[in-house]
Amino acid sequence: MAIASTNANGAPVFYDNGDHHPQQGTLLGFWLYLMSDCLMFAVLFAVYAVLGRSYAAGPSGADLFDLPIVATNTALLLLSSITYGFAMIAMQKNSKAGVLGWLAITGLFGLGFLSLELTEFAHLIHEGAGPWRSGFLSAFFTLVGTHGLHVTFGSIWLVTLMFQVGKLGLTHENKRRLMCLSMFWHFLDLVWIGVFTFVYLMGVLP
Amino acid sequence: MSPELSQLIFGRLSLEAIPYHEPILVATFAMVALGGLVVLALMTKFKVWGPLWRDWICSIDHKKIGIMYIVMGLIMLLRGFADAVMMRAQQAIAFGDNAGFLPPHHYDQVFTAHGVIMIFFVAMPLVTGFMNYVVPLQIGARDVAFPFLNNFSFWMTAGGAGLVMVSLFIGEFAKTGWLAYPPLSGLLQSPDVGVDYYLWSLQIAGIGTTLSGINLIATIIKMRAPGMTMMKMPVFTWTSLCTNVLIVASFPVLAATLALLTADRYLGTNFFTNDMGGNPMLYVNLIWIWGHPEVYILVLPVFGIFSEVVSTFSGKKLFGYASMVYATVVITILSYLVWLHHFFTMGSGASVNSFFGITTMIISIPTGAKIFNWLFTMYRGRIKFEVPMLWTVGFIITFAVGGMTGVLLAVPAADFVLHNSLFLIAHFHNVIIGGVVFGLFAGINFWFPKAFGYRLDAFWGKVSFWCWFIGFWVAFTPLYVLGLMGVTRRMNHFDDPSLQIWFQIAALGAGIVALGIGAFGVQLLVSYLRRDQLRDTTGDVWGARTLEWSTSSPPPDYNFAFTPIVHDNDAWTDMKQRGAKQPMTGFKAIHMPKNTAAGFIIAMLATGTGFALIWHMWLFAGLGFVATIASAIFHTFNYDRDYYIPADEVARTEHARDGNSLASAA
Amino acid sequence: MSHDHHDNHHEEGGYHATYKGYLIGFILSVVLTAIPFWLVMGKVLPSPRVTAFVILGFAAVQMIVHMVYFLHLNAKVEGGWSLLAMVFTTALVVIMLSGSIWVLYHLNTNMMPSMDPQTMRNMP
Repeated sequence: MAIASTNANGAPVFYDNGDHHPQQGTLLGFWLYLMSDCLMFAVLFAVYAVLGRSYAAGPSGADLFDLPIVATNTALLLLSSITYGFAMIAMQKNSKAGVLGWLAITGLFGLGFLSLELTEFAHLIHEGAGPWRSGFLSAFFTLVGTHGLHVTFGSIWLVTLMFQVGKLGLTHENKRRLMCLSMFWHFLDLVWIGVFTFVYLMGVLP
Repeated sequence: MSPELSQLIFGRLSLEAIPYHEPILVATFAMVALGGLVVLALMTKFKVWGPLWRDWICSIDHKKIGIMYIVMGLIMLLRGFADAVMMRAQQAIAFGDNAGFLPPHHYDQVFTAHGVIMIFFVAMPLVTGFMNYVVPLQIGARDVAFPFLNNFSFWMTAGGAGLVMVSLFIGEFAKTGWLAYPPLSGLLQSPDVGVDYYLWSLQIAGIGTTLSGINLIATIIKMRAPGMTMMKMPVFTWTSLCTNVLIVASFPVLAATLALLTADRYLGTNFFTNDMGGNPMLYVNLIWIWGHPEVYILVLPVFGIFSEVVSTFSGKKLFGYASMVYATVVITILSYLVWLHHFFTMGSGASVNSFFGITTMIISIPTGAKIFNWLFTMYRGRIKFEVPMLWTVGFIITFAVGGMTGVLLAVPAADFVLHNSLFLIAHFHNVIIGGVVFGLFAGINFWFPKAFGYRLDAFWGKVSFWCWFIGFWVAFTPLYVLGLMGVTRRMNHFDDPSLQIWFQIAALGAGIVALGIGAFGVQLLVSYLRRDQLRDTTGDVWGARTLEWSTSSPPPDYNFAFTPIVHDNDAWTDMKQRGAKQPMTGFKAIHMPKNTAAGFIIAMLATGTGFALIWHMWLFAGLGFVATIASAIFHTFNYDRDYYIPADEVARTEHARDGNSLASAA
Repeated sequence: MSHDHHDNHHEEGGYHATYKGYLIGFILSVVLTAIPFWLVMGKVLPSPRVTAFVILGFAAVQMIVHMVYFLHLNAKVEGGWSLLAMVFTTALVVIMLSGSIWVLYHLNTNMMPSMDPQTMRNMP
């Protein structure tokens, strides 16, 4: 939206006519928050890199990790990313029912991911391999657990947004929020790539 | 009440937490309580509570939030400085048989609190306050990108400060130094609440800071006036952009690292323990990955302040604008490549040390370029030695020396001798006081007329400056000497009497600085009392160069009735030179965000949760956490967040200003 | 509200999501996930170090796939600032990870010279 910097006589204009609206900063701001979150995860990955073999004479990744479960979790999260994508396409078409439907399915996949992960954690703790057992396990539980916490908060946000879209429809504000959650959700899947590669797959290697 | 229930509700909080047996604390509490009661009584008498709540606590106006940050920073300066005076007094007298008045367990809390308060609750809020106040005005915007978030960020910082203040009277503070290295800060060696106060106050304040960083980056990128390209932004805005990039890119590291230490203390994990696979050095590594960008966060904004001050009071465009911008960006990037110079002696070896030693020396180069640019700006300018310019010249001299001692320390071999000696203490105080503090006082004197409509008294400003300048050098030159002689930091008692004279001189210096702070207080009071004589009605009291000076002093809530259109650097000078006149007709209604209590409420719930966690009051901690999240979610259901200032009200405000001799200033 | 009509002129957020885009991203992700799992679970490559590098490479590629097809990241979004922010963040992540690993590895070697990695893992 260009504002003329010279008027009809070629003289410079120094003030607008009152119509100037600043650009909306929400999407950029949210992206910047995601970048900061990325750096927070980077610290956790660095800690895992340094402490990941400090077993303290306890169990190692090879002893503990169940790769088929990890593969299932990866699939659940990836599918949830696609279903959120379908929700965004429905949003573009202004289909409130479509948005709510695909959000619900996304939420279910997210909950599936979380329950499987919690079961895995409970099992490890039951085996005596809790976060207090060694530096390796502290790093493992914190990195994977922080990712899981993010998925939890994302799910709460998803349910909240479903209420808000249900109540008020696909307003500009709600569309912006859906786009922010979209970025958040895909970002979590991106971090999970790092988790299953660096923690689980490499953790199993000798 | 059963013991289990009592444990759940009160955790480890009991009446023993109140330090009845410490006379210094009891006396401090008495003074604070008395003074506090007087203030509260006066506030009630003058019926200030309503306006305070409506117009300040709930305000989402960047100008009011900026002022609140600065007020908070100045109040915390008094406590941080009190800690400094206590340390100087103790070290001046505690030789041989004289144990002084601060036993180690108290002295350790004093130097820890001094560092934490000065960095996190004085320097950061002051710098943030300036960026908040000035940047939207400089870029021709009406507020920041996320006004509600701005309010929330401030109250989170205030909450963190509150927790540190509470630790003085309920429980104790950390005894670990301001960075709380494990294993000393771990559960085994610091089982008490002190480190927990440290951790939770910094986590809460850190969230506020990170969000504020995101806010200002989005503001600068998205909300500049038409025609203001990146390379036409004022230098202060450029340094603010880079500072906020550093904030967003470094505070997550602090948050994660402190969270890991918290996990060690609350969940029994083994990140930084000595056994079970932990590695305490990992903490040192991570905390300094944050710590080095942090010092640039402190200093880059004041470099921007100096650029504005130097060009204004030399009556000249800043020399080398492009090289200033590049230097700032280079510093931003390089600040991530030097962090190991804070622990050369840790034992990573020669190859690692050499790499970081070299990068540390390289990073001094862009700063040197900036100093030359300021000097070249002054050269052949028509210099007016107003108070901000005095602070600037004091800075150039003081900071240059401090920078040089930094380059000296960058040599690993030298650092092996000087690490954690008083030489190091002198170096970083040299750059922080000479750089950050001097810059903040320059900024206060420079922008006070804009914010309040009257100048600060120049005489008391000069008294304050000279006391600070002389006091600093008297206080810290002895520390350079002592450091070179091998004296270590953080000691509350010495056996070698030949050292005592140096500490006594340093204590004298601290006393002179105290006079400087007192003079600043007098300056504020005298200026207020003489405000009618010091009044400025033009909005442009210094004949300055950037857009904030085109508004009235103080600016209206909406900042600009018409958004300026920018053609050149130093946009306001450009407008003045080409005879720009603001139209006095055709005003339109202005879209503004509403004030709200939500930020304050959410932040106070978070702070309360922090207090509960510190004292292991699990019931309240759980409830507080749920309440914090719930109130945040509740706030998102509020879609009614804005209103319009009617066009005729805008017209009335602008015409009232016009009546105050605006047009003649252009 | 007068500002409502502005946004109809361009897509919300500057990108247009399509079924095709998500499906391509999905299929690529499945392939880029399945191969690393197969390499590790099947112990396909002889050297664990080579395996580690290969799967890290696959992870990097898949991250880029996610950024392009799911996050719709390109040089035009937000005037290029999104891409710039991401590149800067990536650079910092690399510095932090490699720096920390380098420093701590040297530290452990210098400070515990009698310990080899195998012994270190099994100290209580």
